[in-house]
Amino acid sequence: MRPSPARTASALADAVRSGSTTAAAVVEESLAAIAHGDGEVHAFVTVLADDARRQAAEVDRRVAAGEDPGPLAGVPVAVKDNLCTRGAPTTCGSRILEGWHPPYDATVVARLRQAGAVVVGKSNMDEFAMGSSTETSAFGPTRNPWDTSRVPGGSSGGSAAAVAAGFVPLALGSDTGGSIRQPAALCGVVGLKPTYGAVSRYGLVAFASSLDQVGPFATSVVDAALLFDVIGGHDPLDSTSLDRLPPRMASVVGDGVDGLSVGVLTEHLDGAAPDVVRRVHEAAEACAAAGASVEEVSVPEVRYGLSAYYLIAPAEASSNLARYDGVRFGLRVAADDVVAMNTATRTAGFGAEVKRRIMLGTYALSAGYVDAYYNQALRVRTLIAEAFATTYRRFDLLLGPTSPTTAFALGAKLEDPLAMYLSDVCTIPSNLAGHPAISVPFGTGDDGLPVGVQLMAPALAENTLLRAAAVVEAAAALVDGDGNAVGVEEQR
Amino acid sequence: MSGVPGHDGWELVVGLEVHCELKTATKLFCGCPNSFGDEPNTNVCPVCLGLPGSLPVLNQRAVELAMAIGTALHCDIRPSTFHRKNYFYPDMPKDYQISQYDEPINADGWLELPDGARVGIVRAHLEEDTGKTTHAGASGRIHGADYSLVDYNRSGVPLVEIVSAPDLRSPAQARSYAAELRAILVATGASDGKMEEGSMRVDANVSVRRAGSSELGTRCEIKNLNSLRSLAHAVEHEAQRQVEVLESGGVVRQETRHWDEDRGATVTLRSKEEAEDYRYFLEPDLVPVVPDDGWRSAVAEALPPMPAARRRKLGALFGDEPVEPGGARSDQVATVVDLGLDELVEAAVAEGVPAALALARTANEAATDADAARRLPLVSYVALLRMEATGELTATQVKTVLADLLRDGGGDPAELARERGFEALSSEAVAAMVADAIAAHPDEWGRYRSGEDKLTGFFTGAVMKASRGQADGKAVAAELARRRAEP
Ligand SMILES: [Zn+2]
Repeated sequence: MRPSPARTASALADAVRSGSTTAAAVVEESLAAIAHGDGEVHAFVTVLADDARRQAAEVDRRVAAGEDPGPLAGVPVAVKDNLCTRGAPTTCGSRILEGWHPPYDATVVARLRQAGAVVVGKSNMDEFAMGSSTETSAFGPTRNPWDTSRVPGGSSGGSAAAVAAGFVPLALGSDTGGSIRQPAALCGVVGLKPTYGAVSRYGLVAFASSLDQVGPFATSVVDAALLFDVIGGHDPLDSTSLDRLPPRMASVVGDGVDGLSVGVLTEHLDGAAPDVVRRVHEAAEACAAAGASVEEVSVPEVRYGLSAYYLIAPAEASSNLARYDGVRFGLRVAADDVVAMNTATRTAGFGAEVKRRIMLGTYALSAGYVDAYYNQALRVRTLIAEAFATTYRRFDLLLGPTSPTTAFALGAKLEDPLAMYLSDVCTIPSNLAGHPAISVPFGTGDDGLPVGVQLMAPALAENTLLRAAAVVEAAAALVDGDGNAVGVEEQR
Repeated sequence: MSGVPGHDGWELVVGLEVHCELKTATKLFCGCPNSFGDEPNTNVCPVCLGLPGSLPVLNQRAVELAMAIGTALHCDIRPSTFHRKNYFYPDMPKDYQISQYDEPINADGWLELPDGARVGIVRAHLEEDTGKTTHAGASGRIHGADYSLVDYNRSGVPLVEIVSAPDLRSPAQARSYAAELRAILVATGASDGKMEEGSMRVDANVSVRRAGSSELGTRCEIKNLNSLRSLAHAVEHEAQRQVEVLESGGVVRQETRHWDEDRGATVTLRSKEEAEDYRYFLEPDLVPVVPDDGWRSAVAEALPPMPAARRRKLGALFGDEPVEPGGARSDQVATVVDLGLDELVEAAVAEGVPAALALARTANEAATDADAARRLPLVSYVALLRMEATGELTATQVKTVLADLLRDGGGDPAELARERGFEALSSEAVAAMVADAIAAHPDEWGRYRSGEDKLTGFFTGAVMKASRGQADGKAVAAELARRRAEP
């Protein structure tokens, strides 16, 4: 079933800015949709209705006073629950952070507020972003709005589902190995992972610091660009933030792909389902029809991406998650001495997948093993980056599937970590290289569920990435099989 | 003196690791004040509390001070990176410490001891300090505590860890190295060098070997050395303990030991088997620090002269007479440099005061109140020393007037001398007093006339007594010599 998305963020912001509607009305509509539909979808861990109404009133006051209310005036946004929101719960989908209210806003959240956007709630996620289905959340799984027996993907499944279900036109997620793009693909929305360093990580609760990147979910490419423009740009609080002005992508999205060269990445076609592969080829044809030169290309090194990722990410996580020791914040389970308290707190507070990755990462960094595992993975990471650099001398963009399959059933992979990890095989290489990539909905698979195609580009080439994404998006409307939109009411 | 005190045939090998808190306005990775002694947990923020989502941003001033230390220790200043050192402890908010590991900012330098010996510096790297835990309960240690309180004010304070080569050969030399390093740290402006407040913390790696051997023995690391005195004691006791273990056929185990000041002994803290695996890896939240040539030379140019150079400069005031290492004059030079009184000596010598006199008055008398001496107008000090050099005032009088100057923070020494009644005696008065002394001691005068020179002191003493110290010894000796030469 096809859920009906909310109006685009650009349309809503224009209406609020021009006074043809109010932020209060837009936010009430969003809150009503959440109240009506989120019982089944469970996209949100926390709905911040009172906060949202206050923020909306402030936007309306600015409009009434003739002040600039910002480019996202009154637009409701869902924020993944690993982004700090001052005074509001930030759980990372974990018991260990239950009850913790950060004393500060993440830079991206502050920028949202400054742009007039209204944070309506904190969206569900796999615990500490470790998962590909949003089933490892300590607060229960999120369901795919297209078919609630299916997962929304993960780890930013709550954000993807909130946009897909029409609760909000925009959401923020984080992408460490595909956690924006894969759920975007499975929920039929647009999801962008920017270049590493293009968006501040300050206030993003770290999973794997060298891979994590915050990015937008939207119902359209231009909306994703709009949100990226708001959250991007240098932040002095993040040392890895690139020293660049805020991006201005929304204006170039319509520039087309004439003259660009697109490589279809054969390694990513190999393991994908036939209906997904068919959609990728159709997207490639759409690029060719729009004036791009398209040919297949092999980058064999990306085959090792998954293995390298599952050493590097857990290694960093094992260190990043050490601070959840019961001493300063969040859960504390009392015990006789401090070491016993640490152990009891972490035993009770972390779920199975988080514990698995802490153990994997600790092992990979341990004396005697670090060279064979962690350091070897770093060498593979360098190889992959070099292979991409060579490939991007010939191609402006690479194209492939975002996920090997459409949305799978809840519980299907939960007991089989390796099968779950394979969901990210196509998205991981961009994280290892620090490159931008985007998932664009492109029709449906044989099961009627959405397929996402992934476009990848070299560092800081969000410009070409978004141009191509818009071309694919436009073509998607034409290749769509059934074509007739199904209303929200029917979907619920 | 090298070797293990009380044990012939053994050689002592010591290397020191010194942690120095940098005197920056703010912490290493956040904007919180770096200040000692404030109300607990008031100088804290999300970063130095390790709150989820917070990220470190490197303090440029801390890097500059680290570079200043490296420059002063003749190190290579290199492109460097930060690593995470992972271990759990309640006063470490992130449960990892951000520290430089295999790429420190400073490496391969040396430090020159006052006796001229050179000690290798392996590295001097940047890292963050931890918070401070107070264990409530009878033991005062974490085991058996009723509860513990953690103050995170110190968490994230910048440290430079300076690691020496195992070049030190005696407790005295270890102490001398720590004292010299402290003087350098203070001179660079990087630290206040206060061991008692913990802004300079010393750990000693101690091993022993048979004299003549070139292999290193198994070392133990000694912690809790809170003063230079306890450093020297602990090294001596630890060396003796190791020699006794080896001489009785035992084996020294590699371990960390705690210096127990009250018992005067080291005790096992943890053995190598219990040592943590810190799982170091590159800190992904920071970027490499790559000082360019311009930055390096700016730091070098801003560096004031270091103690060794200042000692050499003072030594050069003696011209052809070298300042013997280890001698009394060398001690005086070291004192003057330690206390930062070089300028007093240099200014006096420039105005014609003999170097030996300028050094002695500064190291012995001015040094008794070094803070006041550093504030003293040079012109007052120089004028006073000139009065001694020319014989206008006696040494005793000069010491009295100097005490007045230090108390008053300056003044006209001639005026102060007059107020004290320190008029130099006229030559006629001296001659009369010498005549009186001769008349009172005819036997001694006879012996003096027949060549017993040592009786000069006898007559000078008699005149001094009569003049209540106001006579100038040199003038008395000259009058005696004149009288003896008379037919
Ligand atoms: Zn702080």
